[in-house]
This record gives sequence, structure tokens and C-alpha cells, in this order.
Amino acid sequence: MTVYQFDRTLDGLLTAVFDAYARRSFPDILQGTDAPLPLFYDDLHAVVTDDAKAGRVWRALQKKLSAEALTCVTVSYLSELPELDMHLFRYVCKAVDSPVSIERNFADEDVLFVVNTFRKVRYERLRMLQFLRFQKAADGTYFGMMEPQYNVLPLAIGHFRDRFSDQAFLLYDRRRHYGYYYDHGELTRVSFDERLPHFRSGKLDESMLDKDEMLFQELWRTYFKAICIRERLNPRKQRKDMPVRYWKYLTEKQ
Amino acid sequence: MTEETLEKLRILTESAKYDVSCSSSGTVRANRGKGVGNTVGGVGICHSFADDGRCISLLKVMFTNYCKYDCAYCINRRSNDIPRATLSVRELVELTMEFYRRNYIEGLFLSSGVARNPDYTMERLVRVVKDLRTVHRFNGYIHLKSIPGASRELVAEAGLYADRMSVNIEIPNETSLKQLAPEKDFHSVLEPMRFIQQGVLENKEERRHLRHVPRFVPAGQSTQMIVGATADRDRDILRLSSALYARPTMRRVYYSGYIHVNTYDSRLPMLMQPPLVRENRLYQADWLLRFYQFKVDEIVDDANPDLDLEIDPKLAWALRHPELFPVDINRADYEMIVRVPGIGIKSATLIVNSRRFGRVTSYHLKKMGVVMKKAKYFITCGELTSPTVNELHPENVRRLLVPNPRRKTDDRQLTFDFGGDAS
Repeated sequence: MTVYQFDRTLDGLLTAVFDAYARRSFPDILQGTDAPLPLFYDDLHAVVTDDAKAGRVWRALQKKLSAEALTCVTVSYLSELPELDMHLFRYVCKAVDSPVSIERNFADEDVLFVVNTFRKVRYERLRMLQFLRFQKAADGTYFGMMEPQYNVLPLAIGHFRDRFSDQAFLLYDRRRHYGYYYDHGELTRVSFDERLPHFRSGKLDESMLDKDEMLFQELWRTYFKAICIRERLNPRKQRKDMPVRYWKYLTEKQ
Repeated sequence: MTEETLEKLRILTESAKYDVSCSSSGTVRANRGKGVGNTVGGVGICHSFADDGRCISLLKVMFTNYCKYDCAYCINRRSNDIPRATLSVRELVELTMEFYRRNYIEGLFLSSGVARNPDYTMERLVRVVKDLRTVHRFNGYIHLKSIPGASRELVAEAGLYADRMSVNIEIPNETSLKQLAPEKDFHSVLEPMRFIQQGVLENKEERRHLRHVPRFVPAGQSTQMIVGATADRDRDILRLSSALYARPTMRRVYYSGYIHVNTYDSRLPMLMQPPLVRENRLYQADWLLRFYQFKVDEIVDDANPDLDLEIDPKLAWALRHPELFPVDINRADYEMIVRVPGIGIKSATLIVNSRRFGRVTSYHLKKMGVVMKKAKYFITCGELTSPTVNELHPENVRRLLVPNPRRKTDDRQLTFDFGGDAS
């Protein structure tokens, strides 16, 4: 059994593909460097991420796949799912080997897995656009925090930048410990000391809030309660469309 | 913006909530630098889901709930003793902007009771949307109710600022409508619909010649029908929807299960529960009309005037037409594949794409998300061994697919009736 270890980046994975062709030995297991090794294996290869090698594989892919399929590869990788690695590895190999594009062969297990993962990531991005809530701070900055399942902040940030282009805001992914600060056309990637109380709870302290912020939160909660038709209560559907894991940071659910 | 606004918002939301529409899709409005917000198009964004499971995408609120009409089915009718309120233009604009900036909403859904006269009310609605678009440069979604009886000029002005406009039919046939809403008739509903439609078509023609003509109601119009308030059959409702969809600007027809709000009115049926299952079946039929190329006569006809509540309309159609099945997944047209119960638009697309590379088997179908429990009676794909609908007979397939009523009590458990409440 052949085991490949890599740094769990997309470039690392593409380098692994290059190495596999160069060594003429394809991995049975592809895993991150920190994952425990299996009990028995014949061959262990540590992949050293190399931009040049990854670039060559990527250019080969560009020749074989359409732009949408390439987006599918990059976006699905943001899911950070360990089980995606092997599927994506085989997807890349199949795409390179096949004379015609395999991207629409959904009967193929790997293609279907990559496409389904892509769909999940896109859906999580939509969830971020839906359920992110801003609080206005006294200095006029809007602060919003979330813990998305997948690393979708890079996919969502463009939407927020376009929509709220005239307001300063901070968007923070608590699970991955980074965020973006936007002010007047400039976007900066930031990380903070998360021991501060408002990073722990996701709620700004009242002394830091804009003077009208509490009123608008109250207005929103009032609206949320009033819009519900009590004859049609359906908590199951509510939880299906708005899973409980997002409630922690939702103003109306506090 | 004070505590008083809070109370007004509560009253006017309670009044507006029976309007079903809350979509924010159908148009794209980019933010070109200086404005606030954008409209993304595509599927729209639902920002929250209320306890009744309905999505909250827009700030759905009434301008005023004073109304001079006395429609039997409406919570805001003149003779109801409910708290009344009116929001000022400034309050509405500020609420919309502040909610939007906090990512609570996609935009505004503004409707109103008819205070004084239609033109007076419509003029105020137009002032709100005009303020939002011109003063605040708001690019979010705006859905505006057109007040029946408002003048053509006001509708034409509103259309320049709104993304979608709507007039509700509410009751699918004119005699019942006249009976329940004596001040209304079909003409008062269809007339404003025609204004909007003409506006859109003229605007389209104009934009063909001059690129910078502003768009007019780019997301088209929608309407709503109440289900279960009158004796109308599903056939009447769906025929009307299908006729409406044939019009060039009608994008959505919503169905609203009747909720017995005005319990004292004897013209209305006593319903303990809103007809939610029927409403759901109507939506399924609506989807068949819009996305599956079904004709309305295939879904309901004079022999089957109502939709089957136990099984979905596509399955019901398939059971009425066993001669068209089984469908060969590896050869049939896309149009026929989407008609198989258990296969939707998504899985049909996957099937049609994949079969170019090789045979698609039932294992693949399951992986692609086909509901094999239903589909297996209606397809062949080489190795699939389950009997088809023709071998089993439609009635038996139906019996297999109707969900069993869950047994409430356990037969093996002996129970004694002690009389009275034992809790």
C-alpha cells in the first residue's frame, strides 16, 4: 500500500498528482502530514509542495476541462473535507488521462463526489449571505461573525463588498480564526486575539454599540415575532431551512 | 424612531403577514459604486425563517392598515376591530435602510390598505419607493403592491422604482369574489395587472432603441389566490394560474391556504386548520406547469377536478397514464425523464449528461439522488429487476406508495379506560 502525505493545500494535492506520474506509483491513501499513519504500508512518500509542479498539472487541467469544472475543483477544495482529497486526486488523474472531458460523467463516483461537494460549499456560501448579522458599533463599523461549516469567507466576501460598499465592516470567521476588514474600497485580511469577550459571544458590549443599535435589534425581533402566522406553526421546517447551528449569532434568535 | 415605531411596526406586520409572496429573485441590480446594496438575482436570498417555517426575505409591512373596503376574508376589513396604524414615509425609509445595512433583509415588500381613495394611498407608496431609490440610492429589492383602482400615471411612476409589482386575485372566480368582496370585481384586479404588463412591454420596446431608458418592473408581476375560502376546485384554480402564466409578465402565482381570521362571517367556511396539504399540492402542480412542461389539463381535468391529497400530482399523472411507462433511462428524451415520479430537474440533467459516457444503472441513479422508492416502478435501466407499473397495476403501486398512517397505539399493550383525565 502506498501512502502520500501532503500539506492539505490545493497546490500540495496537484504536486502529489505530479509526483505520482513521475514516480509511476499512485497512492492508495492520501493524507495530511499530521494525520496518523496506517498500521501497515509499503511505501511512504512525503509530497513537498512545489508551485512549478502544481502549475504544470493545473495547465494540463486547463486544457482538458471547462472553466466551470475548474471552478468546481477550486471551490470544492474549500470544504476542507479529508475524504475529498482522494476523490479529487483521482478526478484530476482521470481528467488528465482521458482524451475527452470527464466533467459531465456523473455516473463516475469521483466526479459525482467532487460536484456534490462543490454544491455543498456553494450552499454554505449562500447560508453565509443569508444568516450573517451585522451590529453597528459606536464608530460606525459594522461587525458580523459566523462559524461556517466550510471555509466560504473568500467566496462570500465579494458579495458583501459589493453590497455594503459605503460602510466599514468587519466579517469574522470564528472557526478558522480570520476575517476581513473593509473600509472605503480597501479589503484587509485580519486575525484577532479571540480572548476578547465579544469574540467569544459574538455580541458587542453595549458600551461599544451605536446608540440606536439596541432599538433596531428590538425592532427586528418584534418584526420576526409578528410575521409568524400562529395557525401555521412549523418548527421542523424552520430548523430545516435555518439549522440550529447558525442560531448562536442570529439577532432574532437571542 | 422611537418605541412608538415599535408598536406600529408590530401592528402593520401582523396586518401584512397573510401576503405570501416574499421572493427577491428575478432581476439583477448592480451596485455601481455610490449606492447602497445590490440585488443578486438567481435564487434570491432568504435572510431568516419565521416560526411558521416561511422565509423572511423582505421587510413585509403595510403602509397603513386602515381600509375602506370590507372584504370577508381579509384581516384588515373595515368592520374588524383591530388596532390601526400608519407609518410615515420617513419611518418606512429609515427602517428599510437600517435593516438592510445590518443584513436582516433583501429589501422591502410594501402593501397597504386603501385609505381614503386608491390614488391617495398609491401616491404615498410611490413616495416611499422613490425616496429609497433616488435619495438613498437603494439598490435592494422592492416589491410593491399595486392598489386596485389607482390611476395609470401612478402605476407608471411606481414601476420605475419597483422591481416587482403585484395585484392579488385572491378568489379564483368572479361570482364568489363579488359575494365575499362586494366592492371588488375581476375588472378591478385585472385592470392594474394590464397596466403593469403594458408598461413592461412598452418599456422593452423602448429599450431596444435607447439603451439608457430606465427599466420598468424588471422582475415582472406576481399574484396570489386564497385556497379553501370558497368552493372552487383545484381545476379552476390551476386553469386560472395557467392562463395567467401565459401572459408575458406573470412570473409567480402564490397559493395561500385560507386561515379563518374573521370567525364571525358566515359567508366563509369554518376551518379548524388551514388546508396546508392542499396548498402544498397546488404548489407542486404549479411547479409542474412552470418547470416540467406539463399542461394544466394533464394535471387536473373534469374527471379529476381536485388534486389527490395523498400522492403528489406527478405521481398521480403517471398512475393515470401507465401506457407511457416504463421509460428507458438510457434512451428516453429529457422531457420524458423529468416526467418520471422520483426524478427531478436536477437528477434528469445528471442522467442525460452521464449516459453519453456509458450505461447508467440503478446504482448510479441512487447516487445521483433519484428517489428510487418511487421511480423503480416507472423506469427500466438494464439490470433493474423490480416490476413495472404495468405488471403491478396502478392501484397496487398507489397502495405501495401512499404513506401508511402511523399507528398511534400499540396493539400489544393492554389499556384500561378509567374515564376522565388520568393525567
